[in-house]
Amino acid sequence: MSDLLITGARLADGTTGDLGVREGVFVDPADLGGDAERLDAEGLLALPGLVDLHTHLREPGREDAETVATGTRAAARGGYTAVFAMANTDPVTDTAESAAYVAHLGRRDGDCEVVPVGAVSRGLAGEELAELGLMAEHAGVTVFSDDGRCVHDPLLMRRALTYLKPYDAVLAQHAQDPRLAGPGACCHESQIQGVLGLPGWPSVAESAIIARDVMLAEYCGARYHACHVSTAESVDVLRWAKKRGVQVTAEVTPHHLLLQTEEVAGYDTTYKVNPPLRTREHVDAVREALADGTIDAVATDHAPHAQQDKDHPFDVALPGMIGLEQSLAVVMEVMVNSGRMDWPTLVKRMSATPAEIGRLRHQGRPIAVGEPANLVLVDPDARAVVDAAASASKARNNPYGGRELPDPVVATVWAGRRTYQR
Amino acid sequence: MRHLLSTADLSSAEATAILDVAEEMHDVQSRPVKKLPTLRGKTIVNMFFEDSTRTRTSFEIAGKWMSADTINVSAKGSSVSKGESMRDTMLTLDAMGVDCFVIRHPSSGAPRQAAGWVTASVINAGDGQHEHPTQALLDAFTLRRHFRETADGEFAGKRLVIVGDLLHSRVVRSNVLLQRTLDAQVTLVAPPTLLPTDVETWGVRVTQDFDAALADADAVMMLRVQRERMSGGFFPTAREYAENYGLTAERLHRLRPTTAILHPGPMNRGVEISSEAADATASRVLDQVSAGVAVRMSVLYHLLGGGEGNR
Amino acid sequence: MTQFHGGARTVWDASAISRALTRMAHQIIEANAGAEGLTLLGIPTRGAPLAHRFARLIGEAEGVEVPVGELDVTMYRDDLRRQPVRPVGRTRVPRDSVDDRVVVLVDDVLNSGRTIAAALEAIKDLGRPQAVRLAVLVDRGHRELPIQADHVGKDLPTSRAERVDVHLSEVDGEDGVLIATGEEG
Repeated sequence: MSDLLITGARLADGTTGDLGVREGVFVDPADLGGDAERLDAEGLLALPGLVDLHTHLREPGREDAETVATGTRAAARGGYTAVFAMANTDPVTDTAESAAYVAHLGRRDGDCEVVPVGAVSRGLAGEELAELGLMAEHAGVTVFSDDGRCVHDPLLMRRALTYLKPYDAVLAQHAQDPRLAGPGACCHESQIQGVLGLPGWPSVAESAIIARDVMLAEYCGARYHACHVSTAESVDVLRWAKKRGVQVTAEVTPHHLLLQTEEVAGYDTTYKVNPPLRTREHVDAVREALADGTIDAVATDHAPHAQQDKDHPFDVALPGMIGLEQSLAVVMEVMVNSGRMDWPTLVKRMSATPAEIGRLRHQGRPIAVGEPANLVLVDPDARAVVDAAASASKARNNPYGGRELPDPVVATVWAGRRTYQR
Repeated sequence: MRHLLSTADLSSAEATAILDVAEEMHDVQSRPVKKLPTLRGKTIVNMFFEDSTRTRTSFEIAGKWMSADTINVSAKGSSVSKGESMRDTMLTLDAMGVDCFVIRHPSSGAPRQAAGWVTASVINAGDGQHEHPTQALLDAFTLRRHFRETADGEFAGKRLVIVGDLLHSRVVRSNVLLQRTLDAQVTLVAPPTLLPTDVETWGVRVTQDFDAALADADAVMMLRVQRERMSGGFFPTAREYAENYGLTAERLHRLRPTTAILHPGPMNRGVEISSEAADATASRVLDQVSAGVAVRMSVLYHLLGGGEGNR
Repeated sequence: MTQFHGGARTVWDASAISRALTRMAHQIIEANAGAEGLTLLGIPTRGAPLAHRFARLIGEAEGVEVPVGELDVTMYRDDLRRQPVRPVGRTRVPRDSVDDRVVVLVDDVLNSGRTIAAALEAIKDLGRPQAVRLAVLVDRGHRELPIQADHVGKDLPTSRAERVDVHLSEVDGEDGVLIATGEEG
């Protein structure tokens, strides 16, 4: 790998200068050889490579929907240098061997780092613990989640939290009470839902689980992370728990920051997602919570699906939407361009903090000599209409298609390697 | 009009036009030759992803009396279990040159999705817990006839009370939308567990006091309560339900003589409606059934009877 | 007597129409040798009031009540798919007034003959008349089917580009026959 000289980039703190990259590490540009490749970053912002705590890569099992290769290419185009690959593949990532296999696929095919997430329960069945210790010890798994399903049994949740504590691992919960929001639940319980006649997914089905979980986490002294927080009540619970000193973190998705329940009024299954798109008061609450740090991180919940799995009636179609490529654009639009958040805070929410939650020591680091060379070059002013068909992902369930958004990512560098350049 | 997916899509003038033509079609039912050549050469496919003998038969008769070729496809459970997407199922039939799909589906919104995929017209024959527009039209047809016999024949200012499992009812949504368009006043009566979310925003009155609602009602529509709702914990027992929300013999006797009784069927006698009420002279239940064919003929005419918006 | 009437030319006024209807009523009686067994069916929109006028004229002349109804033929038309959905008129046929009776179809204007062809179809579904006759106020000529009127108020040869409008007081406020030239026809 040849040296790389990035010229004229502005850092999040406002300073401008050249950056040198050699063997995956930032170096003083003066130390580069004369044959270094040059990357002109005049007028661009250099941010640390983004880290996604919540990605579905579908491999192994549903390679027709997404693969590690296509999913990480989408990640690179979105400015990401690391993604946590959720465990709900086929087979489920519930052993050290299956976790190691996912990491291997990442090393072989990835355009960014692929970090396997381990299942909490065997086969995501919510009954017995998966081999949490072996996954942590032998495959370096630091995040455990049954995502897609809620760890509903309070006793299983307690045991998992207690068991994970010595590993300093975090349990990432998909908070959805399966009785309050059953398998058919597909639309935020609201006025629109009442008119559409779709099975309701009430906000309390999320907040009630998070409330229970933060008390268990406190009781067990373990680390707990709330996935895709979507409701105002959940935010209140998190705020309360953090004040009490509970070791709790939380993420919000780009789509829950931008989109509202109205999107499903035409029964377009592209907008079917779990948890569902919420109404304005909830969207406002998660925006505010992300700004003030009650919600620690943005995570995409990138959920690619094959078209045939979306071409069903709304309550039958698979839930989920992709998000890696437009995640930064959405956060810029909703949080930065609106004045809710500054660039250094965005870097925390999308890079430093998610890396910290996932205990990824070489990601989310500042752009400085001696640090790993993970960065994304951002044009803060470019805008474009999103073309869903132009995605690097295999999937086309892109909720932003046809929308005008920022078009920020000019280039991505992961461990010194250019993984994307416009 | 290309599709009939929701009564919300109908203006007052369009709804009235459908009812007016339905009056003409109703007369055809009593003729020696119950057949009009109007839709000769048109193909109507009744796609029932969910059983409903009553609605399917009504649509089939309506199509046949209009001289269309009607084909019944029992698509129950077909697509998902065979791994075929609903889109593929619809596109396959559409490619055969169908002019109109009549779709009954257990999923809310399925006919609207289908309308986006096919070139044919789509009629929603009941989708999940969403809508059942032709039921609401035949209810309006029945009510208008009743109002013509007992009053001025207008909907404006009339008070319609709808009682029962409103949460799971497609009939109530279509009826509220249509009756509001026609300027009638609607009162909804149901236990709080069986009310749709934010139903008070629908421009209706909502109450648990059935007796008060009945006092000045011009018509009362009883909706079926499925017994499985009890096990779902929506209300304690059929006995308690009948006492609070059933059209019992006692309530029947307190009704004004001009109050019409409607029920979209099938009836649970003894639960939401007593036999006395079901068989009372004020009961319009069988009129509703006979109106069903006329209204569906009219809808078919409005969708397929012209050269515009069709294939 | 020709008057211009908002871009259209009035070729017949109320009194001319009245005289024609009286004459035609007598022709109908004469052809039937009385009013016995007659049924008048007007084709909406303007055939219907004409049928009622004939019924009154015949009734006054013969001292009997002639059954009169309205027969909408929209659903029987062969040109439905050539234009947007047409409004449907009323059909009101008195009980026992078709089988074995002489049905006189009444319409305002006879042109291509397609409306009358549709009406003959419609009558078949109502019963089996002994005979069907046709009375029209205006015959324009341009026949596309082998159909002839038995009783005609006025032959009015016009070009296809012209439009003939019959106005009747029951529908339009006053009686008159107008010819409009231009694209609308």
